[in-house]
Amino acid sequence: MIMEVLIASSAEEICELLGQDNSRQLLAGGTDFMVEVNYRHRSPSSVIAIDRVPELRNWHHDGDSVVIGSCVTYREIERGPLATLVPALAQAARTVGSPQIRNAGTIGGNIGTASPAGDMIPVLSALGAEVSLRSSEGKREISLDDLIVGVKQTSLGQGEFIESVRVPVLESPQEFLKVGSRSAMVISVTSLALITYPKTQSVGIGLGAVNPRPTRARQAEEFIKDFLNWESMQVDPSGLDHFKELVSEASRPIDDHRSIAAYRRHSIGVLAQRALTRIFSERSPSV
Amino acid sequence: MTATETYKVGARSGVGVSSQRPDAVPKATGEFSFSSDLSSHNMLWGKTLRSPHPSARIRNIDYSEALAISGVHAILTASDVPGKNLFGLEHPDQPVLADDIVRYAGEPIALVAAEHPEIAADAISRIHVDFEVLNPLVDAESAVTADPIHPEGNVIRHLVIDYGDPTSSGDVTVEGTYEVGMQDQAFMGTESGMAVPSPDGSVDLYISTQWLHSDQNQIIEALNLPEDMVRLTLAGVGGAFGGREDVSMHVHLCMLALHTGRPVKMIYDRNESFLGHVHRHPAKIWYRHHANKDGLLVKVEGKIILDGGAYASTTSAVLANACCFSTGPYKVDNAQIEGWGVRTNNPPCGAMRGFGNVQTCFAIEAQMDKIASALDIDPVELRLKNALEPGDQIITGQKITGAAPVKEVISSLADHPMPEPAINDLLARPGGTGRTTDQKHVKRGVGFAVSIKNLMFAEGFDDSSEALCEVNDGSVAIHTACVEVGQGFVTLVHQIAEEVLGVSDITVIPADTSIGSAGSTSASRQTWMSGGAVLKACEAVVVNLIEQIAEEEGVKYENLDGALVSEDGTKTIPIAEALRGRSFQEKVVHRHAPTFPLDEKGQGNAHVSFAFAAHRAVVDVDQELGLVRVVEIATSQDVGRILNPIQAVGQIEGGITQGLGLAVLEELVMKNGVIQNANFTDYLLPTALDTPPIEIASLIEEPEPGAPFGAKGIGEPPTISSTPAVVAAIRDATGLDLRRVPVRPEDIALE
Amino acid sequence: MSKVTQDHLNVNGTKFTIDDSWLGESLLYTLREQLGLYGSKNACEQGECGSCSILLDKALVCACLVLTGSAIGRDIKTIESLAPEGSLSVIQQAFVDAGAIQCGFCTPGLLVTIEDFLDDNAEPTELEIREAISGNLCRCTGYGRIVEAVRIASKASTDTQGTADDGN
Repeated sequence: MIMEVLIASSAEEICELLGQDNSRQLLAGGTDFMVEVNYRHRSPSSVIAIDRVPELRNWHHDGDSVVIGSCVTYREIERGPLATLVPALAQAARTVGSPQIRNAGTIGGNIGTASPAGDMIPVLSALGAEVSLRSSEGKREISLDDLIVGVKQTSLGQGEFIESVRVPVLESPQEFLKVGSRSAMVISVTSLALITYPKTQSVGIGLGAVNPRPTRARQAEEFIKDFLNWESMQVDPSGLDHFKELVSEASRPIDDHRSIAAYRRHSIGVLAQRALTRIFSERSPSV
Repeated sequence: MTATETYKVGARSGVGVSSQRPDAVPKATGEFSFSSDLSSHNMLWGKTLRSPHPSARIRNIDYSEALAISGVHAILTASDVPGKNLFGLEHPDQPVLADDIVRYAGEPIALVAAEHPEIAADAISRIHVDFEVLNPLVDAESAVTADPIHPEGNVIRHLVIDYGDPTSSGDVTVEGTYEVGMQDQAFMGTESGMAVPSPDGSVDLYISTQWLHSDQNQIIEALNLPEDMVRLTLAGVGGAFGGREDVSMHVHLCMLALHTGRPVKMIYDRNESFLGHVHRHPAKIWYRHHANKDGLLVKVEGKIILDGGAYASTTSAVLANACCFSTGPYKVDNAQIEGWGVRTNNPPCGAMRGFGNVQTCFAIEAQMDKIASALDIDPVELRLKNALEPGDQIITGQKITGAAPVKEVISSLADHPMPEPAINDLLARPGGTGRTTDQKHVKRGVGFAVSIKNLMFAEGFDDSSEALCEVNDGSVAIHTACVEVGQGFVTLVHQIAEEVLGVSDITVIPADTSIGSAGSTSASRQTWMSGGAVLKACEAVVVNLIEQIAEEEGVKYENLDGALVSEDGTKTIPIAEALRGRSFQEKVVHRHAPTFPLDEKGQGNAHVSFAFAAHRAVVDVDQELGLVRVVEIATSQDVGRILNPIQAVGQIEGGITQGLGLAVLEELVMKNGVIQNANFTDYLLPTALDTPPIEIASLIEEPEPGAPFGAKGIGEPPTISSTPAVVAAIRDATGLDLRRVPVRPEDIALE
Repeated sequence: MSKVTQDHLNVNGTKFTIDDSWLGESLLYTLREQLGLYGSKNACEQGECGSCSILLDKALVCACLVLTGSAIGRDIKTIESLAPEGSLSVIQQAFVDAGAIQCGFCTPGLLVTIEDFLDDNAEPTELEIREAISGNLCRCTGYGRIVEAVRIASKASTDTQGTADDGN
């Protein structure tokens, strides 16, 4: 049973409280945590509520990137200025749970929960997000891909917590697509983010719900480069089939009660092709 | 009439208008008390320990550690059941608490009463059960011949319908095997209630249910108490759809209350709710249909297997429905049908809206489309050709004596205009908020399906409802044991009483067991049965009123349209006026015409009345991803007479949405006898974004002889043919066969 | 830092003194079983049905996913505050008028959700309405009358707005 609830008012305080007792559990939006509490899958004795800490609640522009505090909610990402700065993140945020969940759930919670089906994960991965961690020992930065090490497992150290996440502001097209059986409020069966990087004339592809940890479809990213025309924003369709295959091959999906591996492998390829051709129109080389 | 036109609830009451629900305002303010909102001074919380295994022997239960927890007041097991440790809706075959064997994952084993739900849950986790885990029997087909998992054997019912000439054959035959997954009622208010003990050893149970008296009968057997020592009162019900017809926590609550001498409250959480009530029977159905060249059905052969799970519940009656209506709303002279309702170690299955007709309708309608395609006949025309008409026989040899506007239902729907193309918005396409689908990936399909549903209980059951009408100086109180589950019976009580007595000051006395049984709120029967009882009770008041006045004045009056008119026609008194200053108490029992059991060839007048509906679904399908968006469902329904238009629309829209759920979303996924998705994260109910506008093409009002006001039950038909209509539309869009519901994305995309 | 000890909850403008032992409960449990505010419903306790929708510092959330201790000092509004006792808000009246209520278990959550939604978007399209209530499951109605009720309420509000503007 939860015997103690502590309300932190600064990041410094979180460090202190965890420093005293690192078994204390952090509570942000509560949308995962409280389900586990309600169904008695988790019963911490002491909880630190971190959702009123100003530096975690805010985001700011920092040069070419934006730094999003870990307690910024899906709702704040879905709408308002952040949606313009990081559109794929906003598209993904809109698919998380219900309006009620999006008002409470946070980006830091999505990262920390480290579910393969977390909707922020493929976008952050494709954006090459850097996560800022903090503890009484100090601060460190780690890429999202390195932070999440397995199904619901992170490399967070004792007493360490997620302070913010940094993603680039690109001002070029981004797409997030997610397959679920329902039209809204559904856990992802597969999802995919495709980010364009005009400067390097490349794309970043993050895969969701098909691997235990964040996964980029690196081979597909590399392969498709030769088929993209960045001036006309066109793609040579002769490369699409193999591109799709490479994305599917980057997935290691499982059978579970939500879907089957074969469908996940298939659909992730389809999502990749659709994301790409929404941004790059198909044009045959012969034309 | 279309559902998109604006209805508004009116103040006027009486039959035929959209009068306002008497409970609408308290439900809108949050003041309405549901069974989960009960509380009492000194109350304890009950909790149930359930088996994690679908099949196991209980070697030992050690609850000493749990009992030692501060705040724990009782732990009860099978040996504490005072009476028979068996209950069951049709016959008792299920332990109140498992004794030596558990037969499904979720079977109750022990009970706890504690000061706080957290303490109760903690105690549950510290009860140590030593199981010898056994191999579960989970395949319904092999259950027929497998070793029995229950003393009563694995075949709960085997039913044969042998009708007409078995050697007949048609010019064309079509054949198919179909499957229906396990759907759940998933009512919003989970099981909950409170038992309050009395010093005399009796108990009051406040509970959400569908049938108070059936519960009472089962509870008194288990408690070994006389009827008057176990009193039930209906607590606010958060939906039912069949899932509350069986006893769940009822006996448990009474045991805990009687044992501790304190009121005990219990609420199942959503996970436990999925384990704590019966589900819709999964089915496997094989059909061979014979038709002649012009499309007339010649013979139907079918084999139907329903998985009843570990205990009988209503499997026997569900199987009867599946078999009796296994040829649909169509005329056919020859049928050879064989059905099995079997026992397995899967969760028990029983009543759910549509009750057996849902499963076969899905298969029948697929077969009808196959015949249409084989003969190159329009599917709607094929259905019109074969539609049952008044005076026709169904395959049990029973003649349809009432209204059967099947052709009108079909044609009016076929004539209804088709919807516009979807608006150009990602959110309106398959995939919804997931942004998966562009317009170029979408193909539209249209499907049509028709259904038959029997109304009320069948096969010789003595079906009745009792009503009391009490008049006191112009105000009226009506008492029945009819359970309001949300369908709006309470509104009809007002309407019927006002229609007959002209009085608007009407009170509906809470349903309880101090009056005779009303039967179950199921089988589309309460408007006919309890509505009929209320009507008769009110009419009996008028008869007495006329007698009283005749005695007082020496003048004979006649009831003409709500007014008393003297024999000589010189005096007219409105009934409401005549009732002023007088008191009456009239109690009546209402029965429908008797029904009879089926004989060994499945023949007999087993049913009371039939209702028909047709559905047309329009879907947009993204075939490559296997995603479906239902764009519109239109319907025509045979309703007899509409007593409250807005409530009728509500029943139809809600019923169709449950049918849509079975078509594309809803299934309890089983793995070796264990439900994998007993929660709302993964048991996917349609959201508002998955639900299309419902178009009501026509409600056919052809009064049903023998029914009060001519009204047929309307609750179940919407759920029956909506499912096959949606699947037919997906087939139309994709060209796929699709023999199983729900249709999953992989069923479309990987074909 | 503040360690939450004996404190109070601000619910519908009233300060309720609460017991230490409630801090680790879900706010839904505390509202219902400790404060007797049973209007917020308990249908899933995992944020998947919306039956316990409340406003927490003006944000629509599921009370089942709020830890009582973390709600200390915040402004909590429940279904009980939608209209003064004895009256109905525009959307409550619209639910009654449109036949949007059957069993009524989802009704309080939907009403809180829609009240919040119409505050933001006075004249929503049908798709916007359906997305806004997609976190509130209803098993009885198929949503048809509910969507209709939102239309009625939205029209009633904008009509009133129009009259007021004319008056200016």
